[in-house]
Amino acid sequence: MTPIITVSNVSKTYNTGEVETAALTDISFEIKKGEFVAIMGPSGSGKSTLMHILGALDVPTSGNYILDGENVAKLNDDQLAEIRNKKIGFVFQAFNLLPRTSALKNVMLPMMYDATPKEKRLPLAEKYLKMVGLGDRMDHTSSQLSGGQQQRVAIARALVLNPSIILADEPTGNIASSQAEEIMAIFQKLNKEGHTIIMITHEPDIAEHAKRIIHIKDGVIVKDGVEHKQRKAK
Amino acid sequence: MEYTEIIEEASRTLTLNKLRTGLAMLGIIIGIGSVIALVSLGQGSQAAVTNQIQSLGANLLTVIPGSQRGGFIQGGAGSATTLTLDDAKAISSSSQVKDVLNVSPEYSRRTQITAGSKNTNTQVIGATATYSTVHKVSIAEGAFITEGDDVRQSKVAVLGPQVVTDLFGDGTNPIGESIRISGKSFKVVGITVSKGGTGFQNQDDIIYIPLSVSMKVLFGSTNLTSIAVEAKSASLMTSAENQIGYLLLDRHKISNPTDADFSIFSQNDILNTASSVTGTFTALLSGIAAISLIVGGIGIMNIMLVTVTERTREIGLRKALGAKKKNIIAQFLIESIILTFVGGVIGMFVGILASFIISRLINLPFTISAGSIFLAIGVSGAIGILFGWYPAQKAANLQPIEALRYE
Repeated sequence: MTPIITVSNVSKTYNTGEVETAALTDISFEIKKGEFVAIMGPSGSGKSTLMHILGALDVPTSGNYILDGENVAKLNDDQLAEIRNKKIGFVFQAFNLLPRTSALKNVMLPMMYDATPKEKRLPLAEKYLKMVGLGDRMDHTSSQLSGGQQQRVAIARALVLNPSIILADEPTGNIASSQAEEIMAIFQKLNKEGHTIIMITHEPDIAEHAKRIIHIKDGVIVKDGVEHKQRKAK
Repeated sequence: MEYTEIIEEASRTLTLNKLRTGLAMLGIIIGIGSVIALVSLGQGSQAAVTNQIQSLGANLLTVIPGSQRGGFIQGGAGSATTLTLDDAKAISSSSQVKDVLNVSPEYSRRTQITAGSKNTNTQVIGATATYSTVHKVSIAEGAFITEGDDVRQSKVAVLGPQVVTDLFGDGTNPIGESIRISGKSFKVVGITVSKGGTGFQNQDDIIYIPLSVSMKVLFGSTNLTSIAVEAKSASLMTSAENQIGYLLLDRHKISNPTDADFSIFSQNDILNTASSVTGTFTALLSGIAAISLIVGGIGIMNIMLVTVTERTREIGLRKALGAKKKNIIAQFLIESIILTFVGGVIGMFVGILASFIISRLINLPFTISAGSIFLAIGVSGAIGILFGWYPAQKAANLQPIEALRYE
């Protein structure tokens, strides 16, 4: 299978005054379509920087990042915005739902910046909310939903434009462990259906829900493999 | 991303915080409202002044004595005693003056009037029968001064409605009653129709008595304070003015027109002066109101900057989900335009209402020009763009990573 992500010799350095800090040093890896990858590492390891680059929120200082056939490293702000809109579905640690706005409107948000015809938006949003099991809570605002439910709204939002990859940044970091299992179950189900999922986490037992785990430390990949037995979400 | 959608979204966001939205709009409401009200009141008072000056008489020329030139001391205009009754007679009878219809010699002075226990101080005009024609004075009750009154030196008086109110009270009919002017007893024979009492001179606060009585009996003067002349038509005003000028120069034996001991001005001169004065005042007041509009605009900018800071995470999220710079700019710019535009429309209605009420209270004609409505709508929209631009730019330039991390 052709890789959907090719990261080759990516480095990222931050200039803070006189000191140059290297967050990522010469990183290379590939992710194939349909994989479920966890990127693990302690805080300060560079995994957030990697997530920003994979999410087209930032560009590498050097090296290439090819996402679904497009070299993201060479794009400008507006082109990056388009890549994020069409190819990446974000799931954030803090959910990032619009306050005082219904679940349905939240899921429809990415379609505001896309060419989806107006009449198709509502059915699409309803379809994905049902898929994450919130068919009966579509009109609830985020304050009326539990953490797990809010994260499920966010997953529906990530799916709605049928992206090439789903990029989850500590998706269970802000929710109770019982609900975290639900989220993992949804990810495993989506993966089974063919979605490519990349999950950034620092919790080993969450990472073990993925098929492949990339360990990074001090800006370099220290381990990349599938040695562990994939944990099945209940 | 369609504009209807952004407008929908922006309106929804604005209604989420009604108090703040209302307060931000208030500045624009007050600004637009006061500009509209002041422009409207200015135009109203200009119309009132014009009406009033025109009500003083049609095609009217007024001759007043010029300043007295004697030695080194020069008196003010009107202080000279150079116009006589013979001058007035000459103007009406001379073959040299062809374009004149009516001539009204006048002697006016302020003095004390009493009727029973009440008294007032007002303008007493010594007038002939032609006065009412030249100055368009209409009689509500009784009759105006007649030629016979003047010849017989009858002690009769015609009162303006304001004088009637001051001396006899509202709704009374004082015809046949007697009043005392400077201590001498006069019989009231007529009341004039009100001409409206605003502006620099109250046309209703006047007492008319026969010219001969005023000059010979009351004040002992041989000179007139003015001669009012009605020209045959508006187009003959200038030639009438010239004819009168040359006749009087001749009679007063003055060869150089710059040495003239009288001056002639036409109604148009007064009209132009008065409207330029009210125009200046209107412009001045509108200018002050426009400052409040700028202050309102700064208020909008302030609120929009707060909004951008507050919604940093939302902006980050929108950018992460694919919003381009122009999408973010459009969103915030449209929010501020909605604020100022809705504020402007409300302000327009507030201004019209205020102007309507005030013009009723101070008895001015109520006028609203289409210009001021377009101004309100245009200016408020422009303020939205002008003061919303910087906050919108600031929002659009936020980096998504930093914006998402913002607490």
